[in-house]
Amino acid sequence: MSEKLFLATRKGFFTLKKKTDRWSIDDVAFLGNNATMCFQDLRDRALYVAFDHGHFGVKLHRSDDDGKTWKELSPPAFPKVLEDAEEKPSVSEIWSLESAGPDKVGSLWAGTIPGGLFHSADRGDSWQLVTSLWNREERKEWFGGGKDFPGIHSICVDPRDSDKVMLGVSCGGVWVTENSGETWNCKAEGMRAEYMPPERTHDPNIQDPHILVQCPGHPDALWVQHHNGIFKSTDCANSWQEIENPAVSPFGFATAVHPTDPQTAWFVPGVKDECRVPVDGKLVVTRTTDGGKSFDVLGEGLPQEHCYDIVFRHCLAIDSTGSQLAMGSSTGSLWISENGGENWLNVAQHLPQIYCVRFAN
Amino acid sequence: MPRVVFTANLKRHTDCAEKTVSGKTVLEALRQVFQENPKLKSYVLDEQDRLRKHMVIFVDGQTIQDRETLSDDVRNDSEIYVMQALSGG
Repeated sequence: MSEKLFLATRKGFFTLKKKTDRWSIDDVAFLGNNATMCFQDLRDRALYVAFDHGHFGVKLHRSDDDGKTWKELSPPAFPKVLEDAEEKPSVSEIWSLESAGPDKVGSLWAGTIPGGLFHSADRGDSWQLVTSLWNREERKEWFGGGKDFPGIHSICVDPRDSDKVMLGVSCGGVWVTENSGETWNCKAEGMRAEYMPPERTHDPNIQDPHILVQCPGHPDALWVQHHNGIFKSTDCANSWQEIENPAVSPFGFATAVHPTDPQTAWFVPGVKDECRVPVDGKLVVTRTTDGGKSFDVLGEGLPQEHCYDIVFRHCLAIDSTGSQLAMGSSTGSLWISENGGENWLNVAQHLPQIYCVRFAN
Repeated sequence: MPRVVFTANLKRHTDCAEKTVSGKTVLEALRQVFQENPKLKSYVLDEQDRLRKHMVIFVDGQTIQDRETLSDDVRNDSEIYVMQALSGG
């Protein structure tokens, strides 16, 4: 099991380590700065942390020595447009950051708000806007989900073929390329949007997947925690099925899928979109092991009264064994389970609001 | 010649010592600063060269009007302050 994890938080980048059976904070970097995303590249162990400095804009830093020193990179940025251009975009947040695949050394994908996808071929030193997606007419129908503008929050690179990449967009559905970004298709048939008028409820282009995850061992299997339900696909996004009667609540943000068992996935439910707190003040994790037919409600070790934590979409991590999970919350609490969610241990409290949790390589 | 002063909160990110520059507009004045320190530009302007949403520029005590193209005039003895807006928290 992993003995190290990373947190991107509202006030800095935290590294935690497990030593003699006890997790503790090992390092705090960029204290006071709003870290929106973090990522460790399995290919070279480089660490990346993205920031939204608020006043000073989006920034990106990389460490090649496990966080001892950092280099500021040029962040993804839109090309300058003409003064009379209809649209004058600017990156307001780096919302996803992933390797482009083990065979594409040095290549990275970054998803942003307002919905631009960027690619780097040089470990983040420079970025190019993926215009094949940005210029799609359908993008004009996208809109912000909880943010002022739409954003790409999930990037899933198919482990069988790194030219195949799937994106989760709030609110813009699921977009898939099979040729490393040359062309794209929207693949959200079967999703349902309660926040749209009846004639648009099933429009794939305005769906709001909160997070999209792909089972590494069975890459045709995908799970989505959506704004108003849980959806799964068993055919690599060609079709989606809504899970009937998800336990506790259909609303939530975070999802994790078992690395080798596509039928097993975890969710962290909240009441509903108008009231984003745990149901009855009890923080629970729900788990299905049969593809969504039934769920376990797991709360051992989690606060069960007057709990108002929300687990944001990038804050439920699973390690490569599938047994260890880590969950960080809006109130700065961090829990770890080493038995698939049956029991949770609160390993940190009073941290800043947590935006991203990742187990280390 | 106009003088440009930056919020001290920028110091933790990049050099931003005050500078005396030439120029008849805010943009002209800032361009000279950014020429010496290109990294500083991205902390003040977005990629469309607009003033960032939660930044504010004062010229002789008055906020600039043109946040898009920074065309506000500056005089030879103007003081230009580039500050964080409180709207950004």
